[in-house]
Amino acid sequence: MTRDEVILAIKDIIETIAPDEELDSLDVDERLRDQIELDSMDFLDIVMELRKRYGVQVPEEDYKELASLTSCADYLGPKLENVELKVGV
Amino acid sequence: MSEKYDAILIGAGMSGLAAGIRLAQYDKRVLILEKHYLWGGLNSFYKRRGRIFDVGLHALTNFAPKGRRGVPLTKLLRQLRIRHSDLQLGEQNYSEIAFPTERLRFSNEFELFESEIARAFPDQVDGFAKLTEAIFAYDSFTPPDPDLLARGELAKFITEPLLVEMLMLPMCYYGSAIPGDIAWYQFAILFKSFYDEGFARPEGGIRPLLDLLVKRYKSLGGELRMKSGVAEILQQGAGSLRSAAGVRLENGEEIFADQVLSSAGFGPTMEMCGAELGARVTDEDRGQLSFNETVIVTDKTPMDFGNYGAAITFFNDSDTFDYRCPAPGGLGIDPRSGVICSPNNYAATEPLTEGWMRFTALASASHWGDLAQADATEYATQKQRAAEAFLDSASRFAPDPRPFEIDRDLFTPNTIRRFCGHPKGAVYGAPKKRLDGATELPGLFLMGTDQGLLGVVGAMLSGISMANRHCLQPTA
Ligand SMILES: Cc1cc2nc3c(=O)[nH]c(=O)nc-3n(C[C@H](O)[C@H](O)[C@H](O)COP(=O)(O)OP(=O)(O)OC[C@H]3O[C@@H](n4cnc5c(N)ncnc54)[C@H](O)[C@@H]3O)c2cc1C
Repeated sequence: MTRDEVILAIKDIIETIAPDEELDSLDVDERLRDQIELDSMDFLDIVMELRKRYGVQVPEEDYKELASLTSCADYLGPKLENVELKVGV
Repeated sequence: MSEKYDAILIGAGMSGLAAGIRLAQYDKRVLILEKHYLWGGLNSFYKRRGRIFDVGLHALTNFAPKGRRGVPLTKLLRQLRIRHSDLQLGEQNYSEIAFPTERLRFSNEFELFESEIARAFPDQVDGFAKLTEAIFAYDSFTPPDPDLLARGELAKFITEPLLVEMLMLPMCYYGSAIPGDIAWYQFAILFKSFYDEGFARPEGGIRPLLDLLVKRYKSLGGELRMKSGVAEILQQGAGSLRSAAGVRLENGEEIFADQVLSSAGFGPTMEMCGAELGARVTDEDRGQLSFNETVIVTDKTPMDFGNYGAAITFFNDSDTFDYRCPAPGGLGIDPRSGVICSPNNYAATEPLTEGWMRFTALASASHWGDLAQADATEYATQKQRAAEAFLDSASRFAPDPRPFEIDRDLFTPNTIRRFCGHPKGAVYGAPKKRLDGATELPGLFLMGTDQGLLGVVGAMLSGISMANRHCLQPTA
């Protein structure tokens, strides 16, 4: 996955767990929490979906790395380098 | 081992089904074991004479319109990936708290309740505003103090004793396992779920909602076995390495799992762990508050025969409200206060053609338990006698449905015990809640009533949060 694809992958996961949120206008650098309604239960789901779809594990102490789309790409980029993007699953 | 599950859930009530969906959603091998032939637990349904009766549905609390942020219903739908429209919720007309000298109405708009307080208790407006502020500031992330009681906290804001009683009545009936009072955190949760959120009814009653949950669970690969009562929780290891290993069913079959989550209540669950852990269950862990319920079906709607438009009337016939289990003997119930509910008074695309009214009274579980064992005819006679006395009492606050009656069904704490397994039919379980769901046995967790979240929405959230915390969290 490229950096852009990682961001797409995250957006697609958010769309699955929070279908009622508007995702087109998300600012990549701003905290996700400040733009859309995501609580700790939702972050758990993002992590669970990452594991389910891409086999990547995010330990609890690293949840903070998922704060914004940019930080997601920074953190997940290396882990997903050799993994194919799957959207709409 | 082919028979090993990631998790076994005891009970296919609201909490078990919701937890099951969460686990199955994340590819856990999960098995729900239910001792009944039907799912739903206290929120199940049964057929009599061609009609479907709901066991415990008066109102779905925590109503929120689609998309309302930060509220329990929205979180729950998201976690279970169910669409708001799938619930087919019809909102209530209004509900009321009725005392002899004052009545307060409320609806799904908080402003109505505020204006009612201002009308009836003008000098309490400031206090009520501060109370509301304190309750809204009470966020669910700080661990609550389960020992703090509501009466003491209310006294800090409300100086008019009648208003205190009026505020206590609905909260106790809908969620207190403590005689005479309710835990402050429960009061705060319920207050929001009633007045800021509101009441609704799934169209068609509880059955379509249960069908939805069961279908979703099974489509995700979850397994559900009915008529499979758990007799024992199996353990492995010793000393500090001891943990839950699975269950033994009443028929002797053994099934193994890494984790066991139980909605059978703290006492019954620990008693399934053998003599040593079972002996640690104390009286504090056994609730006793239970209800008799009288359901009357009429040939006209309550609006048509009595101009009755309330979804729920919480009534009390004096200025002080006494929430406790009545002593055995006498009527076996306390006719002085209760809950009246009419499913007709919710919006529906296909309105009910028959009238329905439900009446709930505090009841003595030992009275009805002893009687049922001793003398079945006398039990049936006394059940009718208690119902008549309670209808006489309730008809001071809402129209009497008896002249229009075409069917009735009555149940006692015995029935409730059959549906949930709590000893004494304690609807809200143990007075002492275990908010983290942990037990003395590693790998065994509580969910539902005795974990501390009550009602249809509460029980589902309890199942979700216990499944998340103990089975899905990466550190779990
Ligand atoms: C008369 C009445 C009216 C109510 N009205 C409302 C209302 O209007 N609104 C509302 O929100 N809430 C209402 N409630 C409360 C609500 O029904 C409960 O809080 C909720 O259903 C509890 O769900 P639960 O999953 O925690 O437990 P339960 O529903 O008690 O489920 C536990 C399940 O475990 C099963 N079980 C127990 N022991 C075993 C065993 N050893 N092996 C296998 N299975 C076992 C039981 O059979 C049961 O199915 C009402 C309750 C009653 C009784």
